[in-house]
Amino acid sequence: MAKGMREIKRKIKSTQNTKQITKAMEMVAASKLRRAQNAALASRPYSDKLKEVVASIATSGSSVKHPMLESRPIKRSAYLVITSDRGQAGGLNSNLLKKLLETLKEKHKSQDEFSLFVIGRKGYDFLVRRKYTVQQEAIGVPDSPTFADIKSIASAAVNGFENGSYDELFVVYNRFVNAVTQIPTLKQMLPLDASEFSKKESGASALYEYEPEPEAILDVLLPKYAETLVFSSLLENKASEFGARMTAMSSATKNATKMINELTLHYNRARQAAITQEITEIVGGANAIS
Amino acid sequence: MSTLRLEIVTPERIVYGEDVNMVVAHGVAGQLGILPHHVPLITPLKIAPLKVKKGNSEELIAVHGGFMEVRKDKVVILAEAAEQVADIDVSRANQAKERAEQRLAGKNDHLDHKRAELALQRAVTRIQTTGK
Repeated sequence: MAKGMREIKRKIKSTQNTKQITKAMEMVAASKLRRAQNAALASRPYSDKLKEVVASIATSGSSVKHPMLESRPIKRSAYLVITSDRGQAGGLNSNLLKKLLETLKEKHKSQDEFSLFVIGRKGYDFLVRRKYTVQQEAIGVPDSPTFADIKSIASAAVNGFENGSYDELFVVYNRFVNAVTQIPTLKQMLPLDASEFSKKESGASALYEYEPEPEAILDVLLPKYAETLVFSSLLENKASEFGARMTAMSSATKNATKMINELTLHYNRARQAAITQEITEIVGGANAIS
Repeated sequence: MSTLRLEIVTPERIVYGEDVNMVVAHGVAGQLGILPHHVPLITPLKIAPLKVKKGNSEELIAVHGGFMEVRKDKVVILAEAAEQVADIDVSRANQAKERAEQRLAGKNDHLDHKRAELALQRAVTRIQTTGK
């Protein structure tokens, strides 16, 4: 019996180690989540402001037209997939990629009908393993990303739309609701939704002078706006990643605690059985002598 | 002396937000000075140092492209990156300048050339901002 006890004891030890690790990861994720949320909040003034300026140009000029605001017949699509670099975040990435694959199968007949841009190792590995061609990828984006980290992939994705290699661009990412809920989302980014700009902001937007022409300004401003949308999606996905990891790790910790309790019970039972057996043996031996 | 509110916003954070007396910026169409009660204006900016006058003191801020929106008593600059003097690493900027100059001197295709040119502008802007 003593051998069984030792085995149980070893199991308890290793479960305790695991628990320590998951506990630590949970706390790390919690603090990173807070930072990611702050970053998402800090990026908001920029995108809000940019949107306001775009809106004021779009509404002021009677006939301001721009290719990025117009939808054209769709021949090819592009998807910008944002995943995390690391796993251990529950079903975060797999749910997202499942959604992506479903959409791809539903909408397209062959691989020639779409392009893929990927941020994050998980998504890249997944797609490459399934023999998809990834046009550009960004791997190793830090936990507190800066705009410069994704600038090149974002502008590549926007450029492709501008020069007509595809007619629509979707961002696929995890929308952050709260630490427990993240929703895999497929959002159309380009062409930009003109109706979003047409509703007037509450503050009376002054009539601006433009230097140079409003169209020329839109030329520079709209790609920038689109890139900013990518950046804020990335920040949101980061927040989702840490939220999901925190939840996953906290349930792992909980499971480990439960397992330890069970194992301790088994251990005590085994210990008791061993003692009882020993006593019985001694008593039996003593009885045999007398 | 009347003041106007200057805000410099990047995707990551608000770099600067203070009441100042005058802003001198490099727009794509030329240099322009903004005083309070300026006509509302929107213009893209060049990669160049931005001069801010506040009381008797002057301050330079490196602004890497972006936009300026001017309202009656407020100036908002949206840039992908902006740095105050204290945040600039001069030795790094010098290195970046040398690297960009080397790349420009060598024969290269069009895209690389353009990228190096922009890098050079950024480096020069950083150096100018700290230099004075």
